[in-house]
Amino acid sequence: MTSDPYAPLLHAYLDSELDLVRSLELEEHLKSCPDCAQELWTQQTLRHGLRSGNLYHHAPAGLEARIRAALPHENKVVEMPRRSFWNWAAVAAAIIIALILTWRMLPSYLGRSGTDILAQEVVASHIRSLQPGHLLDVESTDQHTVKPWFNGKIDFAPPVKDFSEEGFPLIGGRLDYIDHRPAAALVYQRNKHFINVFVWPESEVKDKPARTETAEGYNIAFWERGGMYFCAVSDLNTGELQQLVQLLER
Amino acid sequence: MPDVMQGVGNSGRFEQLVLPHLDAAYNLARWLVRNPQDAQDIVQESYLRAFKFFSGFQGGDSRAWLLKIVRNTSYTFLEKNKPASLADEFDEKIHATDTGPPDVESEMVRNVESRMLREALDALPLNFREILILRELEGMSYKEIAELVEVPMGTVMSSLARGRERLREILLHAREKEGSRDV
Repeated sequence: MTSDPYAPLLHAYLDSELDLVRSLELEEHLKSCPDCAQELWTQQTLRHGLRSGNLYHHAPAGLEARIRAALPHENKVVEMPRRSFWNWAAVAAAIIIALILTWRMLPSYLGRSGTDILAQEVVASHIRSLQPGHLLDVESTDQHTVKPWFNGKIDFAPPVKDFSEEGFPLIGGRLDYIDHRPAAALVYQRNKHFINVFVWPESEVKDKPARTETAEGYNIAFWERGGMYFCAVSDLNTGELQQLVQLLER
Repeated sequence: MPDVMQGVGNSGRFEQLVLPHLDAAYNLARWLVRNPQDAQDIVQESYLRAFKFFSGFQGGDSRAWLLKIVRNTSYTFLEKNKPASLADEFDEKIHATDTGPPDVESEMVRNVESRMLREALDALPLNFREILILRELEGMSYKEIAELVEVPMGTVMSSLARGRERLREILLHAREKEGSRDV
């Protein structure tokens, strides 16, 4: 049988690996060759036996788990837990900063003047706002987007102006609290510095020009105008902060 | 952070593309080395190597890529631990047996049990067994087998022909032995 020239072709035919022309030739040959026909039938039976004989060795239980455990640890790092970790770190940092600020502010409540306490508060608010994700509730350079955003959130309408041309772009706004009352925070940027301009309504109608103060290393400017109290806070130097204040005071 | 993210992405791809072929990997290793414990060790080592070299996988047939690693790892194992397995171990006594008229043969082949088939396969020379397993149990084409085993397609065809014939002879010999015992 092994010397039969058709023998290997039979196998290829059986495996559907023989081209059409040769297949037709072989089929023609099989009609007149009982030995080859028998051989083909035998091989088909053997093949059937191999495939249905439950000979496939499936991986034993536990092997997959062992392999997963043996693979380098990167395989085990999943995105979700890692992101949660960073979220918790940010939350923890914010809590710690808030606690530090509260602790530091405590002595100042015990004997300082009103404006000193106010300065401490705005600085604390400013620092808090610099935490990741805390700076802006509405992000836009367009005053026509930022100003209406405050509608319904506060019961006054702060003046909102963008000073991009003058080098102090408005980058957005935020709702904040100063001295337990809601205030609008308008956020400006000068190079790498952020400036929070807090605005809240004051019962006194008098306009007061800006005066500057320093607290905790931050520069603060206070002024009153149009029945509203303004307070600009930043680590920006006094000169440039006053430039912004002049723009705002107009 | 970017490196970790890249690692995560890579592992995700590896898990998706390579881990599903665990059964195929174990099946091949098991038939090559004929020992379940050794096969598991080989599969584990193969997966570690696959992970290490995964960046070199350019896409395409991930099963074939993995099985090539499994095959190489198996052969290295056999060379080191069971060099005799690599030689042609076909029993000459079986070869000399008169196989009888064709129709009687077919009848015997049809009635063979799984255990006998398994033993007969184990008794085949390694290269015949390997190609037969890849063909019958993994359903690979001649082309795929040729690429994996790194031989011409013609060799795949003739190896299958000779391997199947030898398998049949082993089965008939074993069947005859069982038959004579029953008497």
